[in-house]
Amino acid sequence: MQAQAARDLERMARERLAAEGFIPEALKTFAGPRRLTLVAEGLPLAQADRKEERKGPRVGAPEQAIEGFLRATGLSRDQLVERDGAYFAAVEKPGQPTPAIAAEIVEQIVRSFPWPKSMTWADGSLRWVRPLHRILCVFNREVVPFQIEGIESGEVTQGHRFMGSAQPFRARDFDEYQDGLSRHFVLLDPEERKSVIMDAARTLAFARGFELVEDEGLLDEVAGLAEWPTPILGDMDPAFLDLPPEVIRTSMRVHQRYFALRDARSGFLVPHFVTVANIEAEDGGKAIAAGNARVLSARLNDARFFWEEDRKIRLEDRLPKLKGVTFHARLGTMYERVTRIEALAAELARFVRDDAPTREKAVLAARLCKADLVSGMVGEFPELQGIMGGYYAQAEGLDPEVVDAIRDHYKPQGPADAVPVQAVAAAVALADKLDTLVSFFSIGEKPTGSRDPYALRRAAIGVIRILLQSRTRLPLKSFVSDELLAFFADRLKVLLREEGQRHDLVDAVFALGDDDLVRIVSRVNALDQFLQTADGANLLAGYKRAVNILKAEEKKAPLPAGEPAEMKAAPPEEAGLINALGHAELEIGKALKTEDFEAAMRELAALRALVDAFFDKVLVNSEVAAERDNRLRLLAKVRDAMGRVADFSQVAG
Amino acid sequence: MPDKPLSFQGLILKLHDYWSRQGCVILQPHDVEVGAGTLHPATVLRALGPRPWRAAYVQPSRRPADGRYGENPNRLQHYYQYQVILKPNPPDQQELYLGSLAAIGLDARLHDIRFVEDDWENPTVGAWGLGWEVWCDGMEISQYTYFQQVGGLDVRPVAGEITYGLERLAMYLQGVDHFSELAFNDPDGPAPMTYGEVFLENERQHSEANFHLYDVETLKRQFDDMERTVPELLKGRAPQGQATVLPAYDHVLKASHLFNLMDARGAIAVAERQSYIGRIRELTKMCAEAWVANEGADA
Repeated sequence: MQAQAARDLERMARERLAAEGFIPEALKTFAGPRRLTLVAEGLPLAQADRKEERKGPRVGAPEQAIEGFLRATGLSRDQLVERDGAYFAAVEKPGQPTPAIAAEIVEQIVRSFPWPKSMTWADGSLRWVRPLHRILCVFNREVVPFQIEGIESGEVTQGHRFMGSAQPFRARDFDEYQDGLSRHFVLLDPEERKSVIMDAARTLAFARGFELVEDEGLLDEVAGLAEWPTPILGDMDPAFLDLPPEVIRTSMRVHQRYFALRDARSGFLVPHFVTVANIEAEDGGKAIAAGNARVLSARLNDARFFWEEDRKIRLEDRLPKLKGVTFHARLGTMYERVTRIEALAAELARFVRDDAPTREKAVLAARLCKADLVSGMVGEFPELQGIMGGYYAQAEGLDPEVVDAIRDHYKPQGPADAVPVQAVAAAVALADKLDTLVSFFSIGEKPTGSRDPYALRRAAIGVIRILLQSRTRLPLKSFVSDELLAFFADRLKVLLREEGQRHDLVDAVFALGDDDLVRIVSRVNALDQFLQTADGANLLAGYKRAVNILKAEEKKAPLPAGEPAEMKAAPPEEAGLINALGHAELEIGKALKTEDFEAAMRELAALRALVDAFFDKVLVNSEVAAERDNRLRLLAKVRDAMGRVADFSQVAG
Repeated sequence: MPDKPLSFQGLILKLHDYWSRQGCVILQPHDVEVGAGTLHPATVLRALGPRPWRAAYVQPSRRPADGRYGENPNRLQHYYQYQVILKPNPPDQQELYLGSLAAIGLDARLHDIRFVEDDWENPTVGAWGLGWEVWCDGMEISQYTYFQQVGGLDVRPVAGEITYGLERLAMYLQGVDHFSELAFNDPDGPAPMTYGEVFLENERQHSEANFHLYDVETLKRQFDDMERTVPELLKGRAPQGQATVLPAYDHVLKASHLFNLMDARGAIAVAERQSYIGRIRELTKMCAEAWVANEGADA
């Protein structure tokens, strides 16, 4: 919220300053737990005078209306200008002193600030995120005087709540403000707070021979909670290290906002943590470290209770409870979803690794994959879903492939997340995502614009990445609707584009109507390489030329059907191309059958010289109709032969 | 820090003394089972209407589903909240609150006291507000809220609410890891008692009843009875013409507690949950409206 507030403040100030004709040299904003700050540098002492034209009554309007207009503008009749049948007045607007405008702008911003949730307090009606106590507003070392609902602007602010004198102090420019704050134990700039935290936390860890487990999100959060951030190293009872490391880290992060520490060599968690206090305590932080350690112990005790209790109930025995968990109001319970995933996993397993054990394991893992949702630990830490299921499955002694599949079935959750590629895990992860996609599409809940509340785009990308990385040949059409297939095509394009692939090539391959993503991608790659060669580029030009001629002819009359024949007296270039095409078609057919797209491209490459020679020496539009028809048939054959490899008409260039 | 940390009752006495000096009426607990100090009519109802109000009290709070037979170090199905309500909220409410921490021996220069932004809401009474969780060395010790709405009605002027979790705070002050080890009175006095000696048996018996003994059908019937009683009582008029809101509201509280008991018995399906909460909210709203009407008639 703080970062958003800083951005909103900057935007609002920029817009309003611009509307008044001000362009500050620099505009900066800072947000923290107790204050929101804007500094605009290089504003002039006053606004420039401005000329404004105001439209008045039409010519010939009643005298009263015209006199009213003259009064309003302070002009005389002869100063008005007639244009388009109306009077216009050129009004000089003298520039206002900057403080007067600043006062207005600040009040507008305060009164219309877009807090996600705001409140009133005491008897007032002003809305702010929490009670607003003070407004410091200075320009050119003078207070900008104004008042908003009884809060008078001034040149006074207050530093840290507990450290230093805790007395208000004066600040008449930004330097005095920022320096004053830091003398009173407040770091204004969140970036500075972050770097102080990182430096100190790393140093604390290093001094003990540990490594900080870095966490950007946590860093942002703790930098927003303290004005004088002071990392302190605390100890954890080592007995808790028998808990899964994910549990310890999540408890530290979610409940306590602590950084975890690990052994630099082994990477294992060590029984310590770093908390970020808001104070340099008089005892060097001893009481704070001890207090935090006790709180963490209580938290981990809770976690241990769940860890021990949860393992007393088999995942299988938890299934009936899923009947009481709604997945989505229109898509039934989690139990029904599990039933669907189970059926899907059975189907999908065949394509991932076609044997009975894989199928059985996939079905078992699918049935159990959501059972941890009703465990105590996941109730407490929803982010541990899957991970806990894996641990509990392991504790039951289930097959390692089943354990992995349960643990990893939500993956991949983002571009950096690992992709489950082992057969059982891949089948279950695919089933989970395909069920999500098919279900939500079936009730018309599709992503629109930036709205994607059920993360369907992520699910589709997940399916694509699993299929590609596990090289699973899945006929998607037999699992999804045409609409959903098109959604996959779009996601694949996005994914390939992110990898630097040309999107027109994806279109060229998709146009063939294939639904096997592995094949599609290898075709795209082969096509890309081919087009980067001189043969490829020239052949593409030849293709375009052929297609253009065919299109133009098609407009006049239907194209002649049938195969081109070797005509008597035909130029050698024509006969040569016909011969070569016959051979190429055969070879392309073979290459496509074995999905050797490079070989197919090589066959096309071999045609290039012949196509060029044909266009060079042979006139398609012969006056002899039979010749012309034969040559059109030949061009159609070139187009069709190439069209089997990709839809070259979609390729740019 | 004082030489010896406060006993549990010593903590309560210090807070009473402190808030009494801030002009609060020191009330005793409401004598109907409630899930939180907020639900005391001194907060839910007095927060509404135009009249100023300052009160502080201890409220035994019942959370049947939280019972752990006294075994969990900090989860109880019956525990104490210390509740302060200040209407309108004074401009220096945060300083007043920090003053109370000093009064109970928490030195703000030695401990890490933090106001962590928090949006508070209680859907069963149609209430929400903005404020902070207050943390001391990483532990939440208070909830601090500016009430914006109660019973679906705007709170004008705004009331400030401060809630202290007494057991947790006392455990922190005394440095003990299990509630039952808390010194309830002076451990050096003639008859020292621990919290466990006073309340452990209570936790065991009620946990058993909450989880296993109550008859669900009876609870449901009693809930329905309460639901019918509230509007009936709201029709009544006291001799001066005021609607009989206070007795009606007591029955909202009873309904709410019955709901919590059914929940602990596992008798409420997920789908039913929202509907029960909605029914209680509706009853609260009726009371809130009647209360405001009374207050208006009074002014």
